[in-house]
Formats: sequence, structure tokens, C-alpha cells
Amino acid sequence: MASLNAKITDAFHELASERSGSKDPRVRRRDCAKPMAPGTAVGGCAFDGAKVALQPITDVAHLIHGPLACEGNSWDNRGAASSGPTLWRTSFTTDLTEIDIVMGHSEQKLFKAIREIKEGYAPAAIFVYSTCVTAMIGDDIEVVCKRAADEFALPVVPVNAPGFVGSKNLGNKLAGEALLKHVIGTLEPDEPGLCDINILGEFNLSGEFWQVKPLLDKLGIRVRACIPGDARYLQIASAHRSRAAMTVCSTAFVTLARKMQERWDIPFFEGSFYGISGTSEALRRIADLLVRKGADPSLLHRTEILVAEEEAKVWKRLEAYRPRLEGKRVLLNTGGVKSWSVVHALMEIGMEIVGTSVKKSTLEDRERVKQTLKEENLLFESMSPRELFSLLLERKADIMLSGGRTQYIALKAKLPWLDINQERHHAYAGYEGMVQLARQIDLAIHNPMWPQVREPAPWEPALVVAKRAKREA
Amino acid sequence: MARVVSQTKSAAVNPLKSSQPLGAAFAFLGIDGAIPLLHGSQGCTSFALALLVRHFNEAIPLQTTAMNEAAIIVGGADRLEEAILSLKARTRPRLIGICTTASVEARDEDVAGDVENIKRRRAMELMGTEVVVANTPDFDGAIEEGWSKAVTAMIEAIARPDKQYRNPRKIAILPGWNLTVADIEHLRETAVSFGLDPVILPDVSGSLDGSIPEEWMPITYGGTKLKEIRDLGATMQCIAIGEHMRRPAEALQRLTGVPYVLFRSLTGLENVDRFIRVLAAMSRKQSPLNVRRNRMQLQDAMLDGHSHMAGKKIAIASEPDQLFQLSDFFTAMGAEIAAAVTTTGTSKALEMVPAKTVKVGDLSDLESLAATADLIVTHSHGREAARRLGVPLMRVGFPMFDRFGSQHKLTILYRGSREVIFDFANIIQANHHPPNPWPLDSTDRRGSQ
Ligand code: SF4
Repeated sequence: MASLNAKITDAFHELASERSGSKDPRVRRRDCAKPMAPGTAVGGCAFDGAKVALQPITDVAHLIHGPLACEGNSWDNRGAASSGPTLWRTSFTTDLTEIDIVMGHSEQKLFKAIREIKEGYAPAAIFVYSTCVTAMIGDDIEVVCKRAADEFALPVVPVNAPGFVGSKNLGNKLAGEALLKHVIGTLEPDEPGLCDINILGEFNLSGEFWQVKPLLDKLGIRVRACIPGDARYLQIASAHRSRAAMTVCSTAFVTLARKMQERWDIPFFEGSFYGISGTSEALRRIADLLVRKGADPSLLHRTEILVAEEEAKVWKRLEAYRPRLEGKRVLLNTGGVKSWSVVHALMEIGMEIVGTSVKKSTLEDRERVKQTLKEENLLFESMSPRELFSLLLERKADIMLSGGRTQYIALKAKLPWLDINQERHHAYAGYEGMVQLARQIDLAIHNPMWPQVREPAPWEPALVVAKRAKREA
Repeated sequence: MARVVSQTKSAAVNPLKSSQPLGAAFAFLGIDGAIPLLHGSQGCTSFALALLVRHFNEAIPLQTTAMNEAAIIVGGADRLEEAILSLKARTRPRLIGICTTASVEARDEDVAGDVENIKRRRAMELMGTEVVVANTPDFDGAIEEGWSKAVTAMIEAIARPDKQYRNPRKIAILPGWNLTVADIEHLRETAVSFGLDPVILPDVSGSLDGSIPEEWMPITYGGTKLKEIRDLGATMQCIAIGEHMRRPAEALQRLTGVPYVLFRSLTGLENVDRFIRVLAAMSRKQSPLNVRRNRMQLQDAMLDGHSHMAGKKIAIASEPDQLFQLSDFFTAMGAEIAAAVTTTGTSKALEMVPAKTVKVGDLSDLESLAATADLIVTHSHGREAARRLGVPLMRVGFPMFDRFGSQHKLTILYRGSREVIFDFANIIQANHHPPNPWPLDSTDRRGSQ
């Protein structure tokens, strides 16, 4: 292993100096502000973040360059939906073994893997992701991708975000950088239109963007590129010709949006398709930006009409749930944009927020949630499971909304829980999504199973039962 | 005897493997009051955790040393120390099980040495907590090896080597990773019904069986007690289940002199008979009534089920020992192994697999070999391939994230073998295709279902 060691030490000199120089200093600072402490850390790595942010691009082969764990333990775990190609769901990895690493074969193996994929699967492009070990041993994926792209006449895009450089959040941003550097602007569209927009940071989980797209269609607004949900490579390559953009999950792609504005003069705003007023607001702002960039001003009027119609319809449908949900107490343990957008949506139907996490939220996200809630102490950073468990009980939550990873904290406390992260099975976007969200919360809270599981065991002595009843009251 | 064919592709397509550190962490989860700690960058832990949670539908304690860029450059010893001390202070575990990952192994770090140093320097703070290291780089092995290495490491670090009084009733059982919670419970009950007192290492039946503790537990609750591992030398006999458990069994023998017997599989009438004979001999007891009854029930199920299994072509992909366990059983019921794929090529169990060849590969290899099969047998990731081919899927092993109750499925001894027959026959029956009334229509009949 001596030669390997030398190689690593070597590689690290480059890696270290290159990293400190090339990255957007703002990105670095923000990420460094939250060190990951050994023994207490939770959450994914930069590679995870990069893959999450790009994988829903459906006609691309995503090739993970590294030993097995990075891909083997993580593939096929997200619910983004595709209206066409399924290639993105096939998992590709170079699955490096000890021999590959010691003998220094890994770059060749990567090159061959690219060839195999090109020949066997005819992808629109191949995205190659570096991981900790391949970055450590100094594999230059940029060079390999360049060579492969030339030889196979196929876009081969390096995504340089090995796990150790930082959090998932940073990985999202590095993914945006990769698109900016190698994809966006590489192709001119046939028929650019005055009402073309980009949506950034929309993942189309459970196909929820399809609940929004018809609204845009009705207004004659064309989504040139939705990045990454249900996207095709060519749409992204020509995304620089859109007239306006909206970022949905701002943490993931707001830097990308900013740079696209600088480079191609595409104005953007941060919005959300969660909640009724959120959706209406988003539609208005898209229309507004387009008109300012030269679209027919009648768009504004048409948008108002659509919003009025749709809102009236959805409020009517929500009437059924309001009496059942009014005053129910929600603990929200999600992050990023959802910290405020979902909060807002739930308050609209009369629910009470007893806490919301603001991990992974941008400063803007935080400001928004503060304005909505008007109470600082309801915001919390990420918490240990034990703290979260006590918080649920202390604040007498009726339900917790979170991602799958923390579901058992609520369930083991015998409390209702609803998944609002990537593994969820329901679509909560747009007006339609609000009705669905209300329905799912209603079903969770009012499930007749709850009183049954909380019933004491037949052998528990009466004293204990009485005590517990008192505590729960 | 099967010929093992190694992988020739450069790109693994739809991996069959889960990583070695995950296997080791899984084994540590079978110890009471434990927390596995993955030594590497934090993403590895996050992925392993998410996968374990999806499989067990349980909260899983798992931690990381969160190696960052700086630690990757200068080495991870400091992060390791910080992680161990912080875990100890916050959660007071009885065991911290360290599983190394590719990032530290590729740097050739001496993690065992680092841990020895930490233990020496921090002896006071770490009192009452064992710290055990399993070297489990991701670029080597898979779940099976990781599991085996963790069990070996625990025996070597914790079991007392000195001569102890041997209790004639006590036996050690070292189950492979492929035994479910239900399997372990059944195994214990069976041994107990012979009047034996089994120590099972690791014992996931306490920690991963879905019980609900009163308060939030950041470490495992239930599983093998540390004291039981310490006193393994007091057992009369060790029973290892699966070829990959030979290594820990040998370690135990080397250390304490406890002899071992190895069962490659406890599924199928003959294998179980042999096991029951061993239990009877060790306990000097007749087989209890319920065991006899279970045997008759298995015979009956074999009589009922064999016609559904006879002649069926099976494509199977799994870790070596489970591959052997199931293919051995299926062929003993008259089925034929049309394709066998496995994760790594070094296990001795592979030679025994009743197929012409065993391919070391991924699920795309399975898919290309399974087109004419009647049944695909693999974990949940096989669902896409099965759907594309129109061949029904029997889910086994890890991960199983789209079916409930995988841990409560019985697969061993008389009762488990019976369950496997039922499962198999039911899937085949549910997918029975009547003859095509339009013989000239050449479209794939199965595909249109
Ligand atoms: S932390 Fe590194 S080695 Fe671990 S999953 Fe992320 S990229 Fe892979």
C-alpha cells in the first residue's frame, strides 16, 4: 500500500489547494459555519446532495465513481417521477475494489464503464460523480470525462462533489455548478418563446409538479426546463434561453439561479408551490417577470382570473377538513424551504404550529418563517432524536410532519406522523396538493387505531394506568 | 459443484451488494446497549442508516466520525476519539462498535492502534464501555463479510481467554446475517425446549423486533449481553450457522477451546434433522413433542408443495450463504437453479451451490440470465428487473423495503422450511398462466399480464 499512500498524500496537496481557491467563498463560509461533529452528526454528504439534485434528470445515466457503498447503499430510494425515460433509475457504479485502487486502475475502469454505458444504454448524456475515495486517490474525473466525451461524441459531465468536502447542502450547490459549467447554454433551442420559464429546485416528487404544470399550461406559459424533476438533458442544455425563472427549493439551486441571471439575464424569484396563497403568489410573480421581459401584458389579467377561480374551488373543498383540523397542533421537522412554506399552508387551514425546524434553511427562509409565526422560540435547529421525542410530548403535538428518517420518533411515542420529504407517497404541490395534504393529515390524526395502541396492557396494574391517564390528560 | 465466474464489466449496473460496513453495523445492532460507529465521512452513515431504517421499519442507532476534508488529509484519529467520547458522554453505551469505511482504509490508517491508544489515554472516561473495531472497507466484501468480521472482532476483544468452568447446558450459537428475528427466536425456543441454555451472538431478536420502549433510546435495547460474550468460554459447544460464521467460531475455539460445529444451512429436512440430532446429543434428551410435530408438518407441506416447485426454473441472487441456503432447499424440492448470482467470490459456500455456475455480479447480470425463469429470488431492488421480465419475484435477504414484516418471516428449522415452501408455492400459483388461446399471437404472454 506504500505507493497508494504516496499517491494520496500527493493528491491531497492538490485537492486542498484547489478547493480553497476555486469555490465560491460565500458557499464555503456558509458551509463551514456548521461543522459536522463526530459522534453527533446526522445527514448526508456532498456527494449525496449532488446526486439528489441531478438524478431526477431522466434520460441521463448517472455513474458513481467509487467503491460500492456510495451507490450500493443509496440507490432506488427517491420518489421523483418521470413522464418518459426511465434510465435515471438504473444504477451505475464503478464499484472499485481494492485491486483497482492499489494498482491505480480506477481511471481506466471509469473510462471503460463510460463506454459500456454508452454502448449498452444509449443515454442522452452521462453524469460522472466523484466520491471520497476516488477524490482521495487523485482520480481526475474532469479529464476522463473530457476524453470520453470527445471519443464517444456524447456529453459526459463531471460532478465533482466527494462526500468529505461538506454537507448535502453544499453538494446541491456543487451540482448546480456542474450544470452551469458543462451543460446549460451548450445548445440553442429551436423555437424560444416569450413565455418560457425555468423552474429550479423542483424535484417532481410523487409527480407533484404535474399538479402545477396544467396551471401554467392554461396561461400559455411553457416550462422550458424544470431542474431537476422530470427533466431531459436537452431541456437543461437550452435552459439559458428562458425568459424568467423560479426557484422552488432555494437552498438547492438559488446560487445557480443567481448566476444564470448574471450570465444570461434571466430574472428569478424564490417561491413555493405549497399552500394556496403560496401557489397563487408564485403564479403572479412568474407572470409579472415574463411581462417585464416582454410578454403580452394581458398575461397578468389572465393570471388573476385563473387564481381567483382556482382559489375559490380549493377553499370550497377544504371546508370539509377545517372543522376536523382547526386547532390541532403540528410539529414540523423538515428543513429548507418547507420550514416556512408548509407552515404557512397549515396555518391557512387553522392548524397550530408548535415548532418547526430551520435546518438547511437559508437566511431568507428563516426570515419568512419568523414573519409567519411571529414567535422566535418555535424555530429550532436540528435536534437529537431524544430532544425531539421530549419536544413532541412537552408541546402536546397532535402530529409530526417530517422525513422518513425521524418517523419512529413520533411513532414510538404513539403519535401520528406524516411523511413530507422525499419518500412520501402523496403529492402536496399546488392547489390540489393542499387538499391532499389536509386529507392525509386528517387521516393520520383521526385514525381509529390511536386510542387502541395507547390502551394499557391487560396486566398493567390499575395504579400505573391511573397515573398514565393523569400524565396524558 | 458450481464454477465461480468473476465479474468482467467495468460498470456495476443495479448493485446487488450492500456495503461491508453496513453488515458490520448490523451485527453490532444485535448487542444490548450498543451503538455502531462508522469511521469515515458522514454520507456513508447516512446512507447505511436510511437503508437499515427502510428495511426494519425501526429507529436505528448509528453514528459517524464525520471525517471532513481536513481529517481526510491528516488522518482520522482525532475525529475517532472525539466521536467515542461524545457518544460515551451522551448515550452511555455498553459497546461502541467501530466499522471502518473506504475513506480510512484507503489511507491505510491503523484504526485498531488508534483505538488502543484512545482506550489507554481515556481509560477513566471509557469505564464500562467496550470499544471494538471491525476493519470493513467498502471496496471489499459485502454484508456477509462485514457481519462476520464484526462478530469475530467482538469475540476477540471481549470473550475471556482464561480457562473457565464449562456449563454442560450452555451452548453458543453464532447465526449468520441471513437469519431473521423470527429465525433467532425460533432457534432459541428450540434449543431451550431441549433443556439447553443458548447464548446467541449476535442476537437481533431483542433489538430489531419492533418492541416499543417507554422512552427514547439512543442505543440498542435487547440483544446479546456483554457479560454473555465475556463468558462464551463457559459454553460446552459452539454452533455456527453459515460458512461465513466459521471465522468467528474459529476465533472462539482458538481463544477458549470451545469446539464448534458448522451448519451451512438450517433450511430443508435433512439439514434440520442433522441439527436436531446434534441438539439431542448435546442435551442427552429425546426430541420434544413440538419438534416432532413440526417435522411432520414439514413433511406434509413437502408433499403438498412439491408439485408446484418441481421443474421450476429459478434465478436467484444473494450473498453466498443465503444463496446456498435457498438454492440447496429449492433443488431438494425438485426445482432447478437456472441462474445464480452473488456479491463476492471468495466464500467456500459458493462451490456447493447446486448450479452450473455462480456469477459474481449485479442485478443486471441476474436480469440477463433470468428471462426464461419461473421465479426470481432476490431482495427488493430486484423488483424492477422482475417487472421488466414479467417474472414473479420472491423477496429474500437485505434490503427489503417494499414489504412489511421481513424480520418476522421464518426461514429455518422445520417450521421455517415449511413457510418457505408455502411462500414459493403461493407466488407460483398466483402467477400461473393458463395456456394462450391465441397460439399465433407471439407477444409475450407474461408481459401482457
Ligand atoms: S461520505 Fe464519501 S464515501 Fe461515504 S457515501 Fe459520501 S461520497 Fe461515498
